[in-house]
Amino acid sequence: MIHFDNVIKRYAGGSEGLSKVNLHIDSGEMVFLTGHSGAGKSTLLKLIGLLERCTSGQVLVSGRNLSRLSGRQISYHRREVGMIFQDYRLLQNRTVFDNVAMPLIAAGMGYSDVGRRVRAALDKVGLLSKEKAYPIALSGGEQQRVGIARAVVNRPPLVLADEPTGNLDPDLSREIMQLFEQFNQVGVTLLIASHDLNLISRMNRRILTLSKARLVHDSQNPSS
Amino acid sequence: MKKRRNLNKIRNLSSARKGHINIWAMRHLQALLFSLGRLSRAPLSSLMTVAVLSIALAFPTGLKLLLDNAQRLSGSLDNSANISIFLKQNLNNAKLSGITEQLKLKNSIATVQLITPEEALEEFRRNSGFAEALDTLDNNPLPAVIIITPTAAHTTPAGAEELLQELKLMPEVDIAQLDLQWVRRFQALTEIAARGVLLLSTLLALAVLLIIGNTIRLEIQNQKDEIEITKLIGGTNTFIRRPFLYSGLWYGLFGGILAWLLVSLNLWLLTEPVKKLAGLYHSNFHLTPIDLPTLMILIISSSLLGLLGSWIAVARHLHAIEPN
Repeated sequence: MIHFDNVIKRYAGGSEGLSKVNLHIDSGEMVFLTGHSGAGKSTLLKLIGLLERCTSGQVLVSGRNLSRLSGRQISYHRREVGMIFQDYRLLQNRTVFDNVAMPLIAAGMGYSDVGRRVRAALDKVGLLSKEKAYPIALSGGEQQRVGIARAVVNRPPLVLADEPTGNLDPDLSREIMQLFEQFNQVGVTLLIASHDLNLISRMNRRILTLSKARLVHDSQNPSS
Repeated sequence: MKKRRNLNKIRNLSSARKGHINIWAMRHLQALLFSLGRLSRAPLSSLMTVAVLSIALAFPTGLKLLLDNAQRLSGSLDNSANISIFLKQNLNNAKLSGITEQLKLKNSIATVQLITPEEALEEFRRNSGFAEALDTLDNNPLPAVIIITPTAAHTTPAGAEELLQELKLMPEVDIAQLDLQWVRRFQALTEIAARGVLLLSTLLALAVLLIIGNTIRLEIQNQKDEIEITKLIGGTNTFIRRPFLYSGLWYGLFGGILAWLLVSLNLWLLTEPVKKLAGLYHSNFHLTPIDLPTLMILIISSSLLGLLGSWIAVARHLHAIEPN
């Protein structure tokens, strides 16, 4: 599903975001990405979501070489990758329903299908009753669940989450993780960046550790 | 059997294409209504933009309309290229009618109209508003006037000039003047004015372009979050651009319609005074309102300017916004 081949990301000014990273994640895996802040977790996720491009090396997602994509193809790629953020990134002036509906409308889906799919996604995250509410009226945990519903509403095979529980207390964090496990059970590949070692070590999943822009540990493949 | 299958295949194909067109039309309709909704959510600022646009559009339109009317006026004067001869004072009525008859015999002259001093005084009293002042005069200061329309052969500049010189030599004639001369000057003036209106229109079209471009630029900045998130979730540039383009179109369209209303209102306010002035010249001249072709040109060009202005703004500013 995801393949990194000698990937280097250098920012303007010379600082390195990622340094010679090699990585392979299979379809259907649920993988955690950890490390101190500034270790390169966000950079790695951004390269997969094509928010940034690598300086050298190759990033393949579902067999697509991301450095070859441009214009419209970038948009089509992002439709296949659901993204979840620490700060939720919801539009405050739109209702929960409209926020979740955005990916479907952008993909040109008809109205009747949009309603059905949005309600299905909201039902999955337990917010069906809040579809007419505005994000400001929701708690942090609820807002993050809206963000998750938006990321999965058009059923992408891959979901990326950047510190999804960073602003949530332990109970809410566990709920969010359970939600991710449910998605994984139906075949969605997940890559979740988190520095909450306590939380992720209890999940018993593959953990990748980044330090100073390098991949220093892979729990599934300790030798590398 | 095979035929029917083929027929079904064709039917399926055409319905698939129809579905494709439907989706395309639906997306555009969506963007059209969405952008209209966005304008209506900020009614005051939208209205102000539309008002500024309409003034910029109404200005050249109104001038063009006045110019058209002026040209129509000089056109109608051109057809009656008359010569007025002011006769010397102290000619009695018998002498006047004698001169009139004499002129009628000339084959270069089509019609002759005599205005006696009494008639001239009466007309002046009626229309000038100096009736009381005239009453204080001892005698009638106005001369008799004969208005001559040359025959078709003598309406050319040279022919009319020849006739004019001939009339000037008559002993009873004080002043003879070709009315055409001021018509010509007037026409030359309106030609300059037409050029001026064209230049002004170009400048104001540029202003409309800049106003709409700037408005859309501000809108893009205000929607920065929305644009970023839309790009994140896989919205194409085309999809993001569409509502902004339609916003520009709406601004142009509404600006054009309001400009039309403004010009019509101003024209209506001018109607009575112009009628009065025309009456003073014994003319049934009246201002013509905007005709349909001009209206169509106004609305279509303002809409296109709106579209173009937003296109420029979108092309320049949308790419700068990328999610991170």
